[in-house]
Amino acid sequence: MMQEGLDDGPDFLSEEDRGPRAVNVDLQTDATLQVDISDALSERDKVKFTVHTKSTLPSFKQNEFSVVRQHEEFIWLHDSFVENDDYAGYIIPPAPPRPDFDASREKLQKLGEGEGSMTKEEFTKMKQELEAEYLAIFKKTVAMHEVFLCRVAAHPVLRKDLNFHVFLEYNQDLSVRGKNKKEKLEDFFKNVVKSADGVLVAGVKDVDDFFEHEKTFLLEYHNRVKDASAKSDKMIRSHKSCADDVNRIASTLYTLGTQDSTDLCRFFLKVSELFEKTRKIEARVAADEDLKLADLLKYYLRESQAAKDLLYRRGRALVDYENANKALDKARAKNKDVLQAETSQQLCCQKFEKISESAKQELIDFKTRRVAAFRKNLVELAELELKHAKGNLQLLQSCLGVLKGDT
Amino acid sequence: MATSSERSPPPFPESEDQEPDPDPADGDSDEGEDIFTGNSKPAEIKAERHQPPVDVTAKLQRDIPSSDPLGDLDGSGANKKPARDGRQADLFTEPRSDIFSEEAAARPARPGPASGSNANSSSKSNGIHSDEEQDIFAEATVELSLDSPHSERKETPKPVTSTESSVAVQPSAPKTALKTMAELEEEESEDKFELNISITNPEKVGDGMNAYMAYQVSTQTSLPMFRSKSFTVKRRFSDFLGLYEKLSEKHAQNGYIVPPPPEKSILGMTKVKVGKEDPSSAEFVERRRAALERYLQRVVAHPSLLQDPDVREFLERDELPRAVNTQALSGAGFLKMINRATDAVSKMTIKMNESDIWFEEKLQEVESEDQQLRKLHGVVESLVNHRKDLSINTAVFAKSVAMLGSSEDNTALSRALSQLAEVEDRMEQLHQEQASSDFFVFAELLADYIRLLGGVRGCFDQRMKTWQRWQDAQVTLQKKRENEARLLWANKPDKLQQAKEEIAEWENKVTQYEADFERISTTVRKEVLRFEKEKARDFKNQIMKYLESLLHSQQQLIKYWEAFLPEAKAIA
Repeated sequence: MMQEGLDDGPDFLSEEDRGPRAVNVDLQTDATLQVDISDALSERDKVKFTVHTKSTLPSFKQNEFSVVRQHEEFIWLHDSFVENDDYAGYIIPPAPPRPDFDASREKLQKLGEGEGSMTKEEFTKMKQELEAEYLAIFKKTVAMHEVFLCRVAAHPVLRKDLNFHVFLEYNQDLSVRGKNKKEKLEDFFKNVVKSADGVLVAGVKDVDDFFEHEKTFLLEYHNRVKDASAKSDKMIRSHKSCADDVNRIASTLYTLGTQDSTDLCRFFLKVSELFEKTRKIEARVAADEDLKLADLLKYYLRESQAAKDLLYRRGRALVDYENANKALDKARAKNKDVLQAETSQQLCCQKFEKISESAKQELIDFKTRRVAAFRKNLVELAELELKHAKGNLQLLQSCLGVLKGDT
Repeated sequence: MATSSERSPPPFPESEDQEPDPDPADGDSDEGEDIFTGNSKPAEIKAERHQPPVDVTAKLQRDIPSSDPLGDLDGSGANKKPARDGRQADLFTEPRSDIFSEEAAARPARPGPASGSNANSSSKSNGIHSDEEQDIFAEATVELSLDSPHSERKETPKPVTSTESSVAVQPSAPKTALKTMAELEEEESEDKFELNISITNPEKVGDGMNAYMAYQVSTQTSLPMFRSKSFTVKRRFSDFLGLYEKLSEKHAQNGYIVPPPPEKSILGMTKVKVGKEDPSSAEFVERRRAALERYLQRVVAHPSLLQDPDVREFLERDELPRAVNTQALSGAGFLKMINRATDAVSKMTIKMNESDIWFEEKLQEVESEDQQLRKLHGVVESLVNHRKDLSINTAVFAKSVAMLGSSEDNTALSRALSQLAEVEDRMEQLHQEQASSDFFVFAELLADYIRLLGGVRGCFDQRMKTWQRWQDAQVTLQKKRENEARLLWANKPDKLQQAKEEIAEWENKVTQYEADFERISTTVRKEVLRFEKEKARDFKNQIMKYLESLLHSQQQLIKYWEAFLPEAKAIA
């Protein structure tokens, strides 16, 4: 059960939309290793996830166990994959984004400050809204962390990673502190170098058509997904604002309606009630669009970045290989350090080929996953939009019926 | 003007309270009250219908158009209407006076304290007329009651009592005679008549900063007071303002709620003048056109205002003299601003001794409603803006999805994404239309009523001023009397004569002002009730229209997503 430090919310885990799961397709429910986040607790400035594992693998001491992890530990795990050369040929599942309740907290605070200026009903209403928003963000962050773990668990190679097993099993704090300033700065520079390098590497034409095509495709795709993701966020925010406005309209109409008991006042009360209900539906529409569309796009933004990273690594390896070839030729020509050059060249070759092989499969899998995820989400999105629109329609029809009958 | 009446009305004491204002509309059965105005009549109608129509009989007869003037009382009646606008002679005065005279007659008849017993209805006879009359009337009224246009009729002139109509159901007695007037008004002819006004074709005339928009005002009517059945004139915005100024000057001081015109907008008009052909200036013009149309419709919906020749002239006359003192920065404009400011100050210092709590309560209601409406208007405007944003953002998103779809290499997914882009495009259109509806149907309704409530407050203010004038006159009278006493004491016979004359003069004034006050109180009460009815009807209609637009949106939404769903399912 989830407690969020606010009122007890409903058990969202049991709700039908384990949205994020939908984003990540193919969670082979594989008895050998099943991972999920069974609980989460939101404290002042951090979230504690209870990671629950069920496994028949012999490497684990028990068949079923749970540990508590924080966001930084997920990042540590992710980074350890990235830095591991052995995994250079795989798409590393993107790290979950940091839980961000700042916006929500700020709003709650503002609400508290503005308490004096609104009526009690308004205040209660807005408080409920904000709590619901907080809950939604909370659910999302849990889901994203869960998706990450599930992707790792589903990956034939990554699931065997030692760090992963430690992450799952070690029931003490992993003591991975977050990066301090110096390390963050280092990371920043690394990224700069990497992007510059990436550009260089990308410029190298690939012999292999498949990869050449993928490179072009991913570059364009990534940019467009980024754009679509940002724009969908904006659109959904507008949608939420509209729902909020309807909420306030409902409140004001209610106040107008309670001032007297004339016909007109009764009319206002009925309309106010209607708007209350339609606004709830509108808010749900915005929330569902967020979950099915915006989150989908965000996730594939991160995944496509991970795929790009893979291509980058391969490209890097290719360049290294080609350089090693050149060095070997030079060494042979000069007849100096030939053995060294040969070893080096062979290593590069192996590395490159290993990456190429797995990369191809990874990219194909990526495509399959992507298509399936989009399909699932778009279908669910359409179904939900229809459900809500029909709900709204019915509310409006019945209210109009009542109002017309009255007059 | 008063024509001879065939009956001799019972003598009536003071005429003072009579006079209902020179509402031309009141007595004018011919003109019939407007069908569509219908609701203009105070809700009183709700109460019962059979209010003993004192003059019912007389009235009923009169209902037939062109009934002859009953009025012998005219003369007296006429006198009593101080406010009567000279213009309204002729056509209107006659019948009017008749009605009033009858009323007057009726009034006096009232038996003693009209009090509350009468309160609601039923048979109250005014003492003068027998019950039968009531019955006749009752029938008539009953019919009317179902009919909004005839609502006016419902009010029977109750000479005696008070109540009845007050929707407010205040058992207070003193209303007596006052009511009669309301009823009289109600009792317009039952002719159904039509008056439809529409404003179309905004056209820019001229160039540069001297340009202006000319609107076509088309009227279709079966009212006899107009020269023809349908006619069109061209008017510009300042003409409308001019009409308002004229009506306001004449009627506001009598406690009428004169509908205020839409606001001037220097920015909006400048854009139009400069010739910017962009959607915002088109929207501005449309907004103004719709507002002007509603303004005129409200003016003619008011039974008294409809009778005003200025209104007729506005609708009919081909060329109107330019209303210059409505120019924003003209000398007259400044003068007006100053006058308003002084008015505001004086308003604050008048503390009225309210004898009738109805007014105080009503004013409070109006103030609180004004506050809520402003708040609501603010929120609805916010909704309009957010929906416009939503529309823009949806369009942008749609393009983005289309781009994404085109770079997607799985064909089925690519197609689905471009279908999604189309759906979102259609949603953008939908949001745009909805925002428009939010604005034109809902927000403008609220804005109109916020302005109208200002008018309502104005008429309460006028009533206060009238009261003040009466009080001041009483004080002056007192002073004159003291002066006389002093003169008597000092034994100055020459000055004494003058003093006596002054006393007589002021006594008259006091009497007159008191009558004015009573009259304006009645008018205000009636106006407020009429206003409330109209407001209730307006709000209901507009909000239902708005809900229907929402419903339509949802239906469209369903259509679009239903078309999309199979595409999504087809992804493989």
